[in-house]
Amino acid sequence: MALATRTDRRPSITRTLWDSTVGKKTVMAVSGLIMLAYLVVHMLGNVKVFFGADEFNAYGHWLRHMGEPFLHSHWGLWAARIVLLASVVAHAVSAYQLSRRDIKARPVKYAHKRRRAGYATRTMRWGGVIVGLFIVWHILDLTTLTVNERAWAGHPYENVLATFSTWYGNTIYIVAMAAVALHVRHGFWSAAQTLGVGNARRDKALKFLANALALVLFAGFVSVPVAVMTGVVS
Amino acid sequence: MKLTLRVWRQKNADAPGTMATYEVDGISQDMSFLEMLDTLNEDLILRGEDPVAFDHDCREGICGACSLVINGDAHGPERTTTCQLHMRSFADGDTIDVEPWRAAAFPVVKDLVVDRGAFDRIIQAGGYITAPTGSAPEAHATAVPKAAADHAFEHAECIGCGACVAACPNGSAMLFTSAKVNHLGVLPQGSPERETRVLDMVARMDEEGFGGCTLTGECATACPKGIPLPSIAAMNKEWLRATRKAKR
Ligand code: HEM
Ligand code: FES
Repeated sequence: MALATRTDRRPSITRTLWDSTVGKKTVMAVSGLIMLAYLVVHMLGNVKVFFGADEFNAYGHWLRHMGEPFLHSHWGLWAARIVLLASVVAHAVSAYQLSRRDIKARPVKYAHKRRRAGYATRTMRWGGVIVGLFIVWHILDLTTLTVNERAWAGHPYENVLATFSTWYGNTIYIVAMAAVALHVRHGFWSAAQTLGVGNARRDKALKFLANALALVLFAGFVSVPVAVMTGVVS
Repeated sequence: MKLTLRVWRQKNADAPGTMATYEVDGISQDMSFLEMLDTLNEDLILRGEDPVAFDHDCREGICGACSLVINGDAHGPERTTTCQLHMRSFADGDTIDVEPWRAAAFPVVKDLVVDRGAFDRIIQAGGYITAPTGSAPEAHATAVPKAAADHAFEHAECIGCGACVAACPNGSAMLFTSAKVNHLGVLPQGSPERETRVLDMVARMDEEGFGGCTLTGECATACPKGIPLPSIAAMNKEWLRATRKAKR
């Protein structure tokens, strides 16, 4: 007897990715790694604050003129912004949808509670939300200058000093950086598993790298408010 | 030993359930956890009460039927199946909580029994190889590299008990599915379906309402057969590879 020939077709790669829990995690991993790469670059840029107002403001000026004369002024900056915005949206939408699904998959809790179960998952969810809110605050504070009380357009060095001379500016920033560090710590290693790069042999190295990245990002970012608070940068 | 048990009692799939408290006496340290429950059930039957329903079959740790969450741990405090857990892991006078596997994809049938049909349907979606029927083939006709054989064997140990799902805060079946994908994917006998297997099994897993993986590692800690966490990363790799190839 001949077997029936299967004529149904696989859906497109985009559909397969977006409809699958494994695929959506891939979207999270890739968008997360894009943002992580950006954070490393951003942190390196921030520590230029230690070399004085001129160097820092010149760097800020260069960001707006990246790629000139090939690109028109601000085009390079906008390209980066578009990639980042797409990453944040893809990452947050996937995180929301996957988390909803995960919570629905375990509707009844155990009567006997255990301590650590799901610690990383909860930290990623709450940490992610904190980071998301911080991104909004941070843009209003230092990009659009909407909430920065002593804003001076085109003078990022002075604006950074203004932010870190308020108690709430420092608090929000340092709490958010702690959330970022924790997020990167589990996130970088997770992304390696999601993308199939992780295995038993590389596990130690990947965890080390994740911890190192988290620590370097935290130290780099937080050095700025600490320096302003202690008067090292003024 | 004398113990206090708090056991999940639920008449049927639709009835609400509660944790009911029972005292059991005369428990020997050498009894298995299931024998201890048998003792409780004998008491209940003599008292004219409904015995506690729980799944079991081989009672030697190979079938995967037994499925109890004991004091919050799938299969209890030792890394073994409930049937191979002995009462010496507990102390006289202990209070022990006994609950069914909790996951949307594993609905409670009665008391501690859940319906694990979702696992069967994941296996049906791709957990097989195409083999000619007839007499057994010559064992050495297809050479299997030692490393592949070891990898396959490590994953073939999965008995499909569902402890991974029960332990996962997301009720995810990734470890179970990855065991079969890893087992068959590395063998030459499994290679004709290498791509369709992982795509179809993961799709089925999602359809059954299991959650996604957040890599907390609870599954691999709970697994009585030691299926390791990196098997999930290996399945992700297979899935991405198959998605790129997307061939029938
Ligand atoms: C909009 C704010 C954000 C939210 C709501 C969010 C939320 C989440 C959640 C819930 C996870 C899943 C954790 C898991 O499945 O275990 C995750 C993973 C991840 N996040 Fe974020 N996150 C945000 C921002 C960021 C940022 C700014 C970065 C860049 C450093 C980042 C990098 C990552 C990485 C690399 C992963 C791992 C992906 C994977 O598991 O494969 N996230 N995020
Ligand atoms: S009853 Fe067969 S594994 Fe426990």
